[in-house]
Amino acid sequence: MTTTAAPEASATTISTVERLEAVWAEPPGLGSWLGTVDHKRIGLRYFYTGMAFFVAGGIESLLIRTQLAGPDLDVIGPEAFNQLFSMHGITMMFLFAMPVLSGFGNYFVPLMIGARDMAFPRLNAFGYWVLLASGFFLYSSFLVGRAPNAGWFNYVPLSGEAFTPAINIDYYAVGLIFLGISSTGGAINFIVTILKLRAPGMIVSRIPIFVWGELAMALQIVFALPALTLVSVLLLLDRKFDFHFFDADAGGDPLLWQHLFWVFGHPEVYIVALPGFGIASAIIPTWVRRPIVGYTYIVIGELSVALIGFGVWVHHMFAVGLPNITLGFISLASFMVAIPSSIQVFAWLATLVAGRPVLRTPLLFVLGFIFIFVIGGVTGVMFAAIPFDQGVHDSYFVVAHLHYVLVGSAVFPIFAAVYHWGPKITGRLLDDRLGKVSFWLMFVGFNLAFFPQHLLGLFGMPRRVYTYDSDLGWGGYNMASTIGAFMLAVGILVTIVNWFRSRTRGAPAGNDPWRGETLEWYASSPPAHYNFVTIPTVHGREPMWDQPELAEGVQSPEDGGRPLTDGHVTLSTSMLDARPQAIVHMPHASVWPFLLTVALLVLAFAVLLDNWALTIAALVASVGGLVGWYWPRGQTQET
Amino acid sequence: MLDPRSDDARRVEGLWWVLFWISCAVVAVVTGFLLAAARRRRAELHSEGETDEDDIDRRPVPWGDRFVVIAGAAIPGGILAGSFAFSLAVLNDMGSTDDRPLEVEVVGHTWWWEVRYPNGAVTANEIRIPVGETVRLGLPTADVIHSFWVPELQVKKDQIPGADNQLSVVADHAGRFRGQCAEFCGLQHAHMEILVVAMAPDEFDNWVEREAEPAAEPEGAEAEDGRQIFERASCAGCHTIRGTSAEGVLGPDLTHLADRETLGAGVVRLTPESLAAFITDPQDDKPGVSMPPTELTPDQVDAVVAYLMELE
Repeated sequence: MTTTAAPEASATTISTVERLEAVWAEPPGLGSWLGTVDHKRIGLRYFYTGMAFFVAGGIESLLIRTQLAGPDLDVIGPEAFNQLFSMHGITMMFLFAMPVLSGFGNYFVPLMIGARDMAFPRLNAFGYWVLLASGFFLYSSFLVGRAPNAGWFNYVPLSGEAFTPAINIDYYAVGLIFLGISSTGGAINFIVTILKLRAPGMIVSRIPIFVWGELAMALQIVFALPALTLVSVLLLLDRKFDFHFFDADAGGDPLLWQHLFWVFGHPEVYIVALPGFGIASAIIPTWVRRPIVGYTYIVIGELSVALIGFGVWVHHMFAVGLPNITLGFISLASFMVAIPSSIQVFAWLATLVAGRPVLRTPLLFVLGFIFIFVIGGVTGVMFAAIPFDQGVHDSYFVVAHLHYVLVGSAVFPIFAAVYHWGPKITGRLLDDRLGKVSFWLMFVGFNLAFFPQHLLGLFGMPRRVYTYDSDLGWGGYNMASTIGAFMLAVGILVTIVNWFRSRTRGAPAGNDPWRGETLEWYASSPPAHYNFVTIPTVHGREPMWDQPELAEGVQSPEDGGRPLTDGHVTLSTSMLDARPQAIVHMPHASVWPFLLTVALLVLAFAVLLDNWALTIAALVASVGGLVGWYWPRGQTQET
Repeated sequence: MLDPRSDDARRVEGLWWVLFWISCAVVAVVTGFLLAAARRRRAELHSEGETDEDDIDRRPVPWGDRFVVIAGAAIPGGILAGSFAFSLAVLNDMGSTDDRPLEVEVVGHTWWWEVRYPNGAVTANEIRIPVGETVRLGLPTADVIHSFWVPELQVKKDQIPGADNQLSVVADHAGRFRGQCAEFCGLQHAHMEILVVAMAPDEFDNWVEREAEPAAEPEGAEAEDGRQIFERASCAGCHTIRGTSAEGVLGPDLTHLADRETLGAGVVRLTPESLAAFITDPQDDKPGVSMPPTELTPDQVDAVVAYLMELE
């Protein structure tokens, strides 16, 4: 970022809007469509793309559940089953939960902190294109019938060349390295945006908790994701160039994969969960009409989960034969990590009983989230107890637990967010009655699908089996689970219908349909290209409740609002106390992030297919893309 | 796991019930709060167009922070510390102190188990053990990672290339205990079953002695034919029948095949008919298994079956 000294705010209100419109509007047309750097357009693309993958992952799960509905069925056969459960996990973690939660972050973090865009708009655009390209890359594996088939944690040596010589696993390794570029860039962007672009007056103790959740997520991604990228590179070296990182006979170690994978993989669970916690903390106060209880404790809780989450990975490996002393430390950390989560749960409960809840769809989904997440949480604590974990590890008990945690803390909050913030995005209200129908179908369907799986695990059903014997008596529970899964799917479908219906038929939302407490409600619905007519000065944690001039429309320069109409700029403030420091010049639309992504997509396919000439050509093209992107054009900021 | 048949399995079950009741209490408390909140509900947000009429309660919640610290951190912290200590105590009690256990090696293969006794007996997919005696299972793997899990007897232990994992088992009652590979190991992970049969010690001694002997000589012309076909055809390339020239090591040892209850690690119950069908096309029962469809004629298959069914 290049910056100039901050001038005093100056403008007259009438011409302000026209001038902002002239500066910030992106012209229609293909160039603008491919080159947009507007965080709202990009955020919405993340959201739609992630939801499309949610539907794909959901269809995969329904096929899985159909195969398992009764004993000894042969609906899809073992190979298809293995590919589907692997892609279901990969899709839901990497292509649904992370993009949708990042999408909400992209859309709402700048709005909530009073900025006009993310700190690095072109990096933001690049992150989206890479997500789309890597999703396309991973799913193209289905076209050749060779989707990844060794599970989302892809253990060696099964995933090694000796046991899976076909390109299934190359799709996995190349795809996740590729996708990691998107997540890492996005995370850095969140961190800088949140630390540097907050509205004047938004000192650290006034940052909305949703924003804290995105920050905690971003910090985890930056520190956890390198382990996944590294281990995927090692796997490719083993597979393609006969290295021996994981080959026990040649002095390698298969456990190296497990350690590196779970050093990423356990934080990944929190990466998906923490923004969901943030969504709950953001929605509850609006719908109970009372500020959140225990703000400081919740924030400390979010950040502690992010930190302690790095010390628990070995509880995925309690059965691999490590010494008990090692297991003991990890067990302790795994018990401890429950405390910051429990602090947040009880802060939500306190806020709920102190306020007067309005049980409309957003809050219903949050209440459902709390109930489901707490069940996932208590079974999570059980896994910290070493002997119990060794008993149920890799059984359906784990499948039940992880769905309670992940569907609880990602899917339900995302649906709460759809109903709460959807009107901000589209400008129209969703139908509350359909929302409630959707909630109850999802809530009942979810519990019917996953609660019986706890019992199946205790009875001895391992996860990832494509069938089971009729003598075992597992058929009834599996049938219940399958019925629940279809019910859940219908519930999700109702919300999808509701969303598209609301776009044409919903009642107009106005700026602030719920009288929310944070700054996104200060913007119009949908927000203008420039987000706010004036960048507000905030004086409290709930600016929309504290400052009547914000609720009335535009904070005038006399009240501290800054129009900043002179150029494509936003305001940068100091990290802790949010004092204005500089005017940041934001880059304009550019097709280079898109072109660079195309080069990287070619690179990914070239590596996949061992086409080394094309690999070199694509590498050169990628470097060319970066050169084009950063070529000096007399503008001030290129990122 | 809820039906323990060994001291260790009972310890784990005890731990489960403690954790279960704690969990029930936690879920009940949280649900109570959620219902209490729902009882305080009101029908709507503020009325339309009413922006300055403040329905928002800005008063701080006087008990809020204290409640979060006590209910959210202190009480759970105490419960968690207790659970941690109890789980370590259970862990510490587990395993056997017997310093001269019976050592049995259970080798994981895709997708079956090879079972080797110290006296040279080799079998597959069924482990017989003496009741009341400590059996130390050595758990190597021949290929990918598998995980040995017999819920009624023990927790599970992974079988990892290059690792030297072991698990002690003491069954306190005679009985048959089913287990199954717990770590995803490829196409037929679902069909990798193991049966542990706990029997009276003297019965076990007899059994393991017989099991170490070479295969019975065939009785009758058809079985004799069967043996010759087995030795000459590709069968012998992968399977061993001790006492014959069949010394293949890729597939299960068939020296006492007729003793076993199932075929293909639990895929089908062993009968002459199921054996003939399995030999004719194993891909039908267990798609992806290494054994190819046979090139033998139906008569030859019948002869081989007649021979194998004599191998008790």
